[in-house]
Amino acid sequence: MNLKLRVWRQADARAAGKMVEYDAPDVSPDMSFLEMLDVVNERLTEDGQDPIAFDHDCREGICGSCSLMINGTAHGPMKGTATCQLHMRSFKDGDLINVEPWRAKAFPVIRDLVVDRSAFDRIIGAGGYITAATGGAQDANSLLIPKVDADASMDAAACIGCGACVAACPNASASLFTAAKVSHLGHLPQGQPERYRRVLSMVSQMELEDFGGCTLYGECQEACPKEISIDNISTMNRDYIMAGVGS
Amino acid sequence: MNRATRFYQAAIGKKAVMGITGLIGIGFVIGHMAGNLLVFRGPDAMNAYAHFLKSTGELLWIVRLVLITAVVLHVIAAWQLTLQNRAARPVGYVDRKPQVTTFASKTMRWGGVILLLFIVLHILHFTTGTLRPSGFFDEADVYGNVIASFRIWWVTLFYVIAMIALGLHLYHGAWSSVRSLGYAQPSKDPLHRRIALGIAVVVWLGFTAIPVAVFAGLIA
Ligand code: HEM
Ligand code: FES
Repeated sequence: MNLKLRVWRQADARAAGKMVEYDAPDVSPDMSFLEMLDVVNERLTEDGQDPIAFDHDCREGICGSCSLMINGTAHGPMKGTATCQLHMRSFKDGDLINVEPWRAKAFPVIRDLVVDRSAFDRIIGAGGYITAATGGAQDANSLLIPKVDADASMDAAACIGCGACVAACPNASASLFTAAKVSHLGHLPQGQPERYRRVLSMVSQMELEDFGGCTLYGECQEACPKEISIDNISTMNRDYIMAGVGS
Repeated sequence: MNRATRFYQAAIGKKAVMGITGLIGIGFVIGHMAGNLLVFRGPDAMNAYAHFLKSTGELLWIVRLVLITAVVLHVIAAWQLTLQNRAARPVGYVDRKPQVTTFASKTMRWGGVILLLFIVLHILHFTTGTLRPSGFFDEADVYGNVIASFRIWWVTLFYVIAMIALGLHLYHGAWSSVRSLGYAQPSKDPLHRRIALGIAVVVWLGFTAIPVAVFAGLIA
């Protein structure tokens, strides 16, 4: 199929950017969105132009490197799918596809479609871990965890940190990301000793990074390639309020 | 840094304040609506109810103080969050298609502005009698004030519009406040708002019925 792309091009962090139109002829419906961009880039390179810069790594939906606002939705039209797992069969011949970087003050554009997501690393650095060295993995079932808690924790732990929640949020809020990390540890016994300290420091780091607040529009949950629930935001809010009211 | 300041500095702290003050507002609005529906039982019932409220003296002032404080805190937090949220995305998208944003959630800010305007004008209208669109105001005849005012089309229209804003505000707020305060039950469909819809529709219909009924001549 033949497509038209309108892609955000920006030489570096300080340059002004703009949408530039490209033809993408002979696209196979079996290509992933990133493979389609690879083909476009190959042609650009042959023509002596700068290829379009975009982030990617695993290309199997687990690393969280890929991003892209595709036709106005984060990671494109497929629900529960990262851009690298989105296939061109989701589009029709002749489609015009807008491709933009994540937009947030906390995620400045580095070049074209690549943004700096290290704000997420700093939120994790503020407390998204367990301080005690725990050694090797224990025998299964030596530490009993109720099934509901194990499931809730696993669902939150599915977060790959791609930033789609921030990109999709009208407030550019990182609440779903931070909530997933808070609640993933908060549901497990290993996370209890630092539970309240953790939520306080991760939330204050999130504030320092200039993200917006949560209005509960619900866009983050809809955009998340791992379909992480906004229930986690409620969990984070409760822990934050408990930490503020308690000690 | 003092603990309360630190708590409030985060958006979650501000939303907790909005949630609590919003829930105080919802409680008030439901009670206020139920009381107002006494106009349908005639002048004696309505005026006796109004007289009873005023006879509570200091208690009435305590309630008023709590409500005014709640509105002030709610509006300050709304203002601060709006600025923070706007600043968080200085460069917007060329193309952004919201997937699940409701009309109600999108209009919390402007709807809130309408509500603030309404609250001020409404107090000046029926509580203090500073604004007298019909020329008539008798502190002891609340029923008469209501009837005289809502015979005027633009007074009725203003109240009808304000109550649409209130209904929408509650449709989002009655749901989001519980989540802002961290009391949401885990759900397979966290976006459902059945209870909030019920609250919003009851409050909207209950309040709207009064000016509309007076204007239509159903009560005189
Ligand atoms: C006086 C003018 C008002 C303004 C300017 C205002 C503004 C707002 C705004 C902007 C929000 C969304 C905050 C966010 O999610 O970021 C909000 C939430 C809310 N408002 Fe209001 N509002 C007003 C009056 C009221 C009244 C009268 C009520 C109750 C009857 C109310 C109940 C709520 C509730 C329950 C929420 C949800 C709070 C939360 O999600 O935590 N508001 N308001
Ligand atoms: S490239 Fe790893 S998740 Fe898409």
